[in-house]
Amino acid sequence: MIPEFGHFALIIALCLGVLLSVIPMWGAWRNNEKAMALAPGLAMGVLVFVAISFAVLTVAFLQDDFSVKVVASNSNSLLPSMYKFSAVWGNHEGSLLLWVLILAGWTAAVALFSSQLPLTMLARVLSVMGFIGVGFMSFSLFTSNPFERLLPGTPADGNDLNPLLQDPGLIIHPPLLYMGYVGFSVAFAFAIAALLGGRLDAGWARWSRPWTNVAWAFLTFGIMLGSWWAYYELGWGGWWFWDPVENASFMPWLAGVALLHSLAVTEKRGLFKSWTVLLAIFTFSLSLLGTFLVRSGVLTSVHAFAADPERGLYILVFLAIVVGGSLTLYALRAPTVSSRVTFGWVSRESLLLVNNVVFSVATLTVLFGTLFPLFMDALGQGKYSVGPPYFNAVFLPLMALLVPFMGVGPLSRWKSDTGSRWLRDLALPAVAVVVCSLTLPLLGADGFNLWVALALLLAGWLAVGLLRDLRDKTRNAPSLARGLARLAPSYWGMVMAHLGFAMTIIGVVATSQYSVERDLKMVPGQVETVAGYTFRFDDLAAVRGPNYVADEARLSVTQDGEHVVNLAPQKRRYLASGSIMTEAAIDPGLWRDLYVAMGEPVGEQGAWAIRLHYKPMVRWMWLGAIFMGLGGLVTVADKRYRRRRAAVAAPGGIDGSPA
Amino acid sequence: MHPVRRQRLLLVLFVVLFSSAAIGLMVYALSGNINLFYPPAEVAAGKAPVGQQIRVGGMVVEGSVQRSDNSLEVRFEVTDYQASVPIVYTGILPDLFDEGQGAVAAGVLNDSGVLQASEVLAKHDENYMPPEVAEALEASQRLQEQQDG
Repeated sequence: MIPEFGHFALIIALCLGVLLSVIPMWGAWRNNEKAMALAPGLAMGVLVFVAISFAVLTVAFLQDDFSVKVVASNSNSLLPSMYKFSAVWGNHEGSLLLWVLILAGWTAAVALFSSQLPLTMLARVLSVMGFIGVGFMSFSLFTSNPFERLLPGTPADGNDLNPLLQDPGLIIHPPLLYMGYVGFSVAFAFAIAALLGGRLDAGWARWSRPWTNVAWAFLTFGIMLGSWWAYYELGWGGWWFWDPVENASFMPWLAGVALLHSLAVTEKRGLFKSWTVLLAIFTFSLSLLGTFLVRSGVLTSVHAFAADPERGLYILVFLAIVVGGSLTLYALRAPTVSSRVTFGWVSRESLLLVNNVVFSVATLTVLFGTLFPLFMDALGQGKYSVGPPYFNAVFLPLMALLVPFMGVGPLSRWKSDTGSRWLRDLALPAVAVVVCSLTLPLLGADGFNLWVALALLLAGWLAVGLLRDLRDKTRNAPSLARGLARLAPSYWGMVMAHLGFAMTIIGVVATSQYSVERDLKMVPGQVETVAGYTFRFDDLAAVRGPNYVADEARLSVTQDGEHVVNLAPQKRRYLASGSIMTEAAIDPGLWRDLYVAMGEPVGEQGAWAIRLHYKPMVRWMWLGAIFMGLGGLVTVADKRYRRRRAAVAAPGGIDGSPA
Repeated sequence: MHPVRRQRLLLVLFVVLFSSAAIGLMVYALSGNINLFYPPAEVAAGKAPVGQQIRVGGMVVEGSVQRSDNSLEVRFEVTDYQASVPIVYTGILPDLFDEGQGAVAAGVLNDSGVLQASEVLAKHDENYMPPEVAEALEASQRLQEQQDG
């Protein structure tokens, strides 16, 4: 009876969602205050009933209610309860319900934290989000009902969760990723509401900026966790594959970066308004496209749970309505809101423009590479695949092109600046960075490496630009500490995110250039040396886990005769499904990871194929991503987002507060 | 010209130049880095190019997997039940690679019709079949029925 209760709650939520998408929108049109004032209450109502529905599904998983179809196909009584919990979203139906829950959460958050918004604006924003919610709730109810029962014929035990998903990183990866994906719906709703109201001003940019920053931060964490998970769970030490599903989450991220920066220009200078609106539409459309690519089964990967053409068609139609509708609205309304403010060619606006062009083009190249095989297949031109070499060849030069401008960005001035000032401020640091980047790679074991030198040059350039600007900003303060304390959170957010980007550059290049990877056949007792570390294959043991049995190789690692660590990779066989899984053993470190994974038994005498990897500075990449994400979160603490209604209503455009 | 309009013109020129450069780069990168899927029947019929990156997939033939005694070299055959293609791969195979299961190998075909694979992909879970393989098998089954009927 309880699962039906959840189903019923979801139906009520859908009905409330329909009301939310109709009544306040009508109220905003007819200027009916009562109708508009219903919006926050309806948004909370949707959240409450979706949450009940989600809780019911969670209870079904935790109590092993195998009469519910998704529980029977994705859980097992032997599954540790932590994974029973994450199994809720380890399947198509449940993950869609999570999508809906998070969307309802964002909608309710907008309702709660927007007391300073004009009522008309708030009503429109919540209505647009309500409409998106209706789209996804009906998708869930009509094509992928999570509460479908297997009555009669309830199985005695479930099919188990895909072993790849039985991992702590995977418990939080989907919620974080969805927080980001769905969070861009707030920026989208603000853009649509502004278009409807014809009011695209600095106030609009100021309202939607914190939401966009937070959504982007969550997306950053989500992508980072996915990459980290792939690294330790897939058993071959890769961390980014340009897999279509990764690209599906990476495209909104790239467009989001462009949106963040374009919003800054719109807020501070009242420029790029139409472009910012277009970017907001574009970013959320990419989130929807990502959902379509992953959920429709047109792509195949661990993420594609189901290949049901009806589902794909539904999302495609919804995508067409959202994208088509918002672009039509844009075409009708955008020309009336264009700006007539100018800026000099040497100015912060120009640099941010470079950022926008680079990130938009990067998004399009990734989009093209991701969709190319689908198009060719649809046209009957054969089954192509576009591999990492394409993406690397296109994406890396674009990023390298970006960094010279990015280094100058923080210390540039709005409206009009001079090249000679940049030269004066940055000439000395530039020389220092060039010298460092030419000499430091010489310390590497294999001699000078051009790519590492280039990475150091770019990352160093970003760092000195930031340091130089920090010095300028604290010069007039009584002490350095007090000067630093006086800087606004939004400034610190920028510093953290840019430093994180520099760290990621170093991590990516160092690990791809200096990694040593050897796949070997080893028998117990054998000793192999990789990058100065001596790996001894001590013995092989059979171990038993809660829901699997495993062969465990035990290796001891020494360096210069000193013991470093014992590593015990496993080859697991999960009991319920019979699936084989590689569990890598990793000794992590800031400067290097040691990575050992088992392949398969080869030949006689207990020999195994074993991967021994030495991966320098691979953690820097993820640390950098964490910094970027934290930077995005920190900006929200800025005082200017907590001003009351009166302050916001001030005529927008130019604003004196620090960037 | 009005300064706003002049700025807009320069802006458009900049964007156009930059995107053409990016598109050029894209086309160049794409031309060298895409590879096409061939079912085993087409490879056996000599339709697949030699010395070029391609993908071949099908079911791994039962009993065809042979491992070398002193290295990680593996030889196996994939089939669409019309023809089979021998594949050589050195390295660690994915967990779900097995005889009688679907697999896709990416690599270069040599003169004697053996695919030197640089990558082998197997399915992600036990219900999943690589779509290229599924389609190749379906096509070969249709052909079989036509011949029988």
